Amino acid sequence: MEPFIDPFWLPVIFAGLMGLSILLYVILDGYDLGVGMLSALARGEERDLMVASIGPFWDANETWLVLGIGLLLVAFPIAHGIILTQLYLPVFVMLAGLILRGVAFEFRAKAEPNRKHLWDKSFIGGSLMATLAQGYMLGAYILGFDQSLGAVLFCLLAAAGLAAGYVFVGACWLIYKTEGALQERSVRWARLGLWATAAAMAAVSLVTPLLSQRIFDRWFSLPEIIALLPIPMMSAVLFIGLAIFLSRPKRHDDALSWVPLAGAGTVFALGFIGIAYSFYPYVIPDRLDIWQAAASPEALSIILVGTVFVLPVILGYSLLAHWIFRGKATHLSYY
Amino acid sequence: MSELDPFILSRIQFAANISFHILFPTITIALGWVLLAFKLAFNRTGNEAWMDAYRFWVKVFALSFAMGVVSGITMSFQFGTNWPGFMERVGNIAGPLLAYEVLTAFFLEAVFLGIMLFGFRRVPNWVHTLATVLVAAGTTLSAFWILVLNSWMHTPAGFELRDGVVHATNWAQVIFNPSMPYRLTHMLIASGLTVAFLIAGISAYRWLRGDRGDGVAKALRSAIAMAALLIPVQILVGDLHGLNTLEHQPAKVAAMEGNWETRPNVPLVLFAIPDEEARTNHLEIGIPNGASLILKHDPNGVVPGLNDFVGEHPPVAPVFWGFRVMVGIGMLMLLVSWFTWWKIRRKGMEGAPRWLLQLLVGMAFSGWVATLAGWYVTEIGRQPWLVTGVLTTKDALGPVPAGMVATTLILYLAIYAALLAAYVLVIFQLAKRGDAAPQGKPMFPMPGGGEGPARPLREPLAPAE
Repeated sequence: MEPFIDPFWLPVIFAGLMGLSILLYVILDGYDLGVGMLSALARGEERDLMVASIGPFWDANETWLVLGIGLLLVAFPIAHGIILTQLYLPVFVMLAGLILRGVAFEFRAKAEPNRKHLWDKSFIGGSLMATLAQGYMLGAYILGFDQSLGAVLFCLLAAAGLAAGYVFVGACWLIYKTEGALQERSVRWARLGLWATAAAMAAVSLVTPLLSQRIFDRWFSLPEIIALLPIPMMSAVLFIGLAIFLSRPKRHDDALSWVPLAGAGTVFALGFIGIAYSFYPYVIPDRLDIWQAAASPEALSIILVGTVFVLPVILGYSLLAHWIFRGKATHLSYY
Repeated sequence: MSELDPFILSRIQFAANISFHILFPTITIALGWVLLAFKLAFNRTGNEAWMDAYRFWVKVFALSFAMGVVSGITMSFQFGTNWPGFMERVGNIAGPLLAYEVLTAFFLEAVFLGIMLFGFRRVPNWVHTLATVLVAAGTTLSAFWILVLNSWMHTPAGFELRDGVVHATNWAQVIFNPSMPYRLTHMLIASGLTVAFLIAGISAYRWLRGDRGDGVAKALRSAIAMAALLIPVQILVGDLHGLNTLEHQPAKVAAMEGNWETRPNVPLVLFAIPDEEARTNHLEIGIPNGASLILKHDPNGVVPGLNDFVGEHPPVAPVFWGFRVMVGIGMLMLLVSWFTWWKIRRKGMEGAPRWLLQLLVGMAFSGWVATLAGWYVTEIGRQPWLVTGVLTTKDALGPVPAGMVATTLILYLAIYAALLAAYVLVIFQLAKRGDAAPQGKPMFPMPGGGEGPARPLREPLAPAE
């Protein structure tokens, strides 16, 4: 197939699509994994309800990861190989975690009652493993796969930071999808998650420019810094606003229970834009840019045609599923 | 082996991952359509027994689907972690095919699975039926794309090489490459047979335990009919697939037949111990002219031998044995399904002797064994190539050290063994509980008495009038 747009733009478009997939994954499966980790703090019926709140969604949410990694694989094949061989062990930990988490939904509902606690451990442990591995990989990626002690410590900071972020968005999801005592507990979890996330984002934002001269130059020079200032400022305003919102006594009508979730999603998006700006146009920091790594324009064109038609449809029926399962979570039943 | 070889370890790891993965799509591809058939049968007849069958098998479907999803994600990462050369060299073809699988199939099945499983009481009946159709179509579409890619790796077409990198020149030829129609049909029917024997085996198990509801009998009868109809078609399609392989990958067929010399009047070898060192078979038992007859439809037909491909043919023993296991199970399926059908056609379940039901229980997972054996034949049979004539498996290997691969391999195997055991155990536990009770149980039982269906069960499924 002949490329129908300037080959210069194809890698840019695919970098954008890949970024969008990963951002959607981090927000959507982020709340799943956050709920998974938080379910360690609940028991019995409460835990069942937490699992039920994400039951109809987790599979589709996880598919954004497959699309993101798939776009990396198909659009930037060389980068895909380099990144994944560098991240061999954390990728394994993440996959093992996603396996243990994903199968637990079904097994915990179907196994003999005396085995259910094993699948609960698989659910909680899997969520934790996947989260920490993803955070670790994010850190390793930011530093260009540096293996020094300082870099490893940074990766651990990123792992803890992403765990805080997922707990935060997971708690916000529960505020939106639950009521009563569980919702009140979720508000407390969200408050803790909020401060931990804010601290982690601030720490990563401060340490990254110190560790990478290139990122330092991209942010702290005129006139860029003026154009970029809205990102940290909006993040700070959002954090403070959410903190105030979460500390108010509970409203009776519950009509605003979606606000923390929307706020958390926006915070994630802002953090993501910051990271994306730091790297563009590199797909592997300081080594390989998106034009060097791109697949042939013919191959990209044929994928783009499908994506343009299919992506809106996917977004449409994903929204439909969220609408069908709108409102407060109930215990799931097949019939 | 004194030293760990990352090549062998990576191959074993990929084989372990893909073997584990394929078990579950093999079930969900056909089970989705079977569930749809159960549901439509209920919509049409109003007979609660069909709904019993649906309610039981939708649980197995949900479990299998989750296992398939999580093991499938592993696959998409392993291309990069262990075989980066694959995407670097043939990414321009493999990439778009995989992308279309994710875009058209994965999201479709993932989103509508939620509605199919948990939406029964939230959406009108027709939407629930539509969701079931879309999930079944999604699994089948996913099989289509991945088999297009796999077939292209066996019989590449519609491309050119520029600086060692593959570029597509004709997408129609890429998609409808020579082996695709045969491989796709063969796999879809294999899925149907696997599901038929699984349903028959588990239903026989329930029947033997005294769980003799009409739903169990209907499921077993449907499964036997399905198996009896599909197995002759599968034998025919398998034969056509073999002829196609003979045309495009003769070395693979030579290994399947255990034939060393290119010659006429080649026997159909039933048993032998192939010896690659001595390049001959030991203890060979064969039917004279059999292979020539099957492959060339002529007792004097010349069948290619392995000695024409010295150094370039696949390892003989696994291909030879894999083929015999697959065909042997196929023949057993033919005998058992037809005999069972003959026994129950008039008298129903009472006509089936106890030993036959026990045999069906024993064959519940026989489809898995045959499917895996068949895949080993075709995948090992492609070696030493990863993409025939374009890229060898060795050239696609990544730089990860052997120790790391060995570590992850052991951990993967441990996880897979545990999950496989849990999966089979839970299916038999579900069968023991026989919880297709007409009273709907919540998926997550509540300690305080549980929650019944919000509206009468029959109502949402009653034929719309």
